[in-house]
Amino acid sequence: MTGGLWSWEQAAAALPPILEGFRVTLVATVVGMVIAAVLGLVIALVRRSAGRWLTVPVGLFVELVRSTPLLVQLVFVYLMLPSVPALVIGCTVLGVHYATYLSEVYRAGIEAVPRGQWEAATALDLPRARVWRAVVLPQAVRNTLPGLGNYAISMFKETPYLFSISVVEMFTAAQQYGAATFDYTEALTMVGLIFLAVSYPTSLLVRRMENRLA
Amino acid sequence: MPEPHAPTPAGDPTGAPAIELVDVVKRFGATTVLDGLSFAVAKGERVALIGPSGSGKTTILRLLMTLEEADGGFLYVDGEPYTHEVRDGRRVPIPEKRRRRVRRRVGMVFQQFNLFPNMTVLGNIIEAPVHALGLAREEAVARADRLLEQVGMADKRDARPTALSGGQQQRVAIARALAMDPEILLLDEVTSALDPELVVDVLEVLRTLAETTDLTMLIVTHEMQFARDVSHRVLMFDRGRIVEEADPETMFTAPTHVRTQAFLKAVLG
Ligand SMILES: Nc1ncnc2c1ncn2[C@@H]1O[C@H](COP(=O)(O)OP(=O)(O)O)[C@@H](O)[C@H]1O
Ligand SMILES: [Mg+2]
Repeated sequence: MTGGLWSWEQAAAALPPILEGFRVTLVATVVGMVIAAVLGLVIALVRRSAGRWLTVPVGLFVELVRSTPLLVQLVFVYLMLPSVPALVIGCTVLGVHYATYLSEVYRAGIEAVPRGQWEAATALDLPRARVWRAVVLPQAVRNTLPGLGNYAISMFKETPYLFSISVVEMFTAAQQYGAATFDYTEALTMVGLIFLAVSYPTSLLVRRMENRLA
Repeated sequence: MPEPHAPTPAGDPTGAPAIELVDVVKRFGATTVLDGLSFAVAKGERVALIGPSGSGKTTILRLLMTLEEADGGFLYVDGEPYTHEVRDGRRVPIPEKRRRRVRRRVGMVFQQFNLFPNMTVLGNIIEAPVHALGLAREEAVARADRLLEQVGMADKRDARPTALSGGQQQRVAIARALAMDPEILLLDEVTSALDPELVVDVLEVLRTLAETTDLTMLIVTHEMQFARDVSHRVLMFDRGRIVEEADPETMFTAPTHVRTQAFLKAVLG
């Protein structure tokens, strides 16, 4: 009953709910990251090319999101929209939050495309939209891959915040299991190990990408 | 061996010049690079621009490619106003659409090649014919294959630019510019970023191009022998001005201006 020493039976019993929670964690990370990647690019493009009537409000929104904690944003939106499923809110808030950071990664990636590329495209009379799609963005996205990878890891590790809006992801599942059995040791240890087992190899992969691009 | 020659331009002498600059002014901040520059290039004429670095040669080509905007004066292509025109007695910019229509007749090859690294050699060449000219893909590919043959790069058709030597990249860049079928080709020191042993092939491609087409060419180069061989006329630049203008034979054997003499002495040794 009491915690302390490791019990393999406890670990085995805790595993199914934790794996179910892990599935939710993965869904939140993947969907959140897709939203962040797409919206971040849109923000970067708008801030670069649109008129002031758009860049100013978008800039303000970005500042607002970055200046407030993710936890506050989650709970705020959750309370504002009681009829929307919590996981949908979780993915969206994570996605929007990270989009504001990814927009900077994209901006840097776009700026790293040499000026000569734009000039060659002008000399060839390529239409503007085509220059973006075929010349600049493919090179910019390549530049941003390590940044996207790092933020994906970071988002993955922040999914436990979804606890605050009662989404049962991996950490919450372990918490609930612990509360029910009065034994947290095995459950929380396993959660930590799973985070490590996913994050660490991914960060190695990202570092390899960075070295390849450098 | 090059014999004394002063080839005549192939274009019609009665029509408007292919390129004309009138009183062109270009400043960068407080520096005035071009201060009322005027000159014209006839259709089919090949003009070499020589002169010390920093004298404004690249700037002229960039103005003609609309990569820079002139602060004063006018540019004409085939007699058509290119970037600005006079309306109601005032100098006003020309709408982007008309500018593009004129720009389509002008191609440029850069010192640093500027190939698109995310596309294959073939992709680089067909990109603009397909997406700017609206050519069918098969037609663009046929044209690209012909040009790759011409510049001796047919076997690298599917390679990435990064896998090529500088000389090979530059030959691809030449093919890419030609694929747009320009009337005017601007060449900005196209061999100066190359290792010496790679220069010959690129110049050979350009020599053949000069001999076999009636392309109007504006050639900025430090390769004096090349300038002498392919150009009809040489303009010597110094501090944004043409200090001397002559046929290549005269320019390289009997320059009159003291600046030209000093410059040629320095580059020819
Ligand atoms: N983008 C720029 N900003 C500031 N100065 C420039 C820029 N481009 C060219 N210049 C200046 O203009 C002058 C002429 O340059 P350039 O046309 O490149 O000369 P060249 O090709 O004859 O060597 C130089 O003094 C150069 O420093
Ligand atoms: Mg130059």
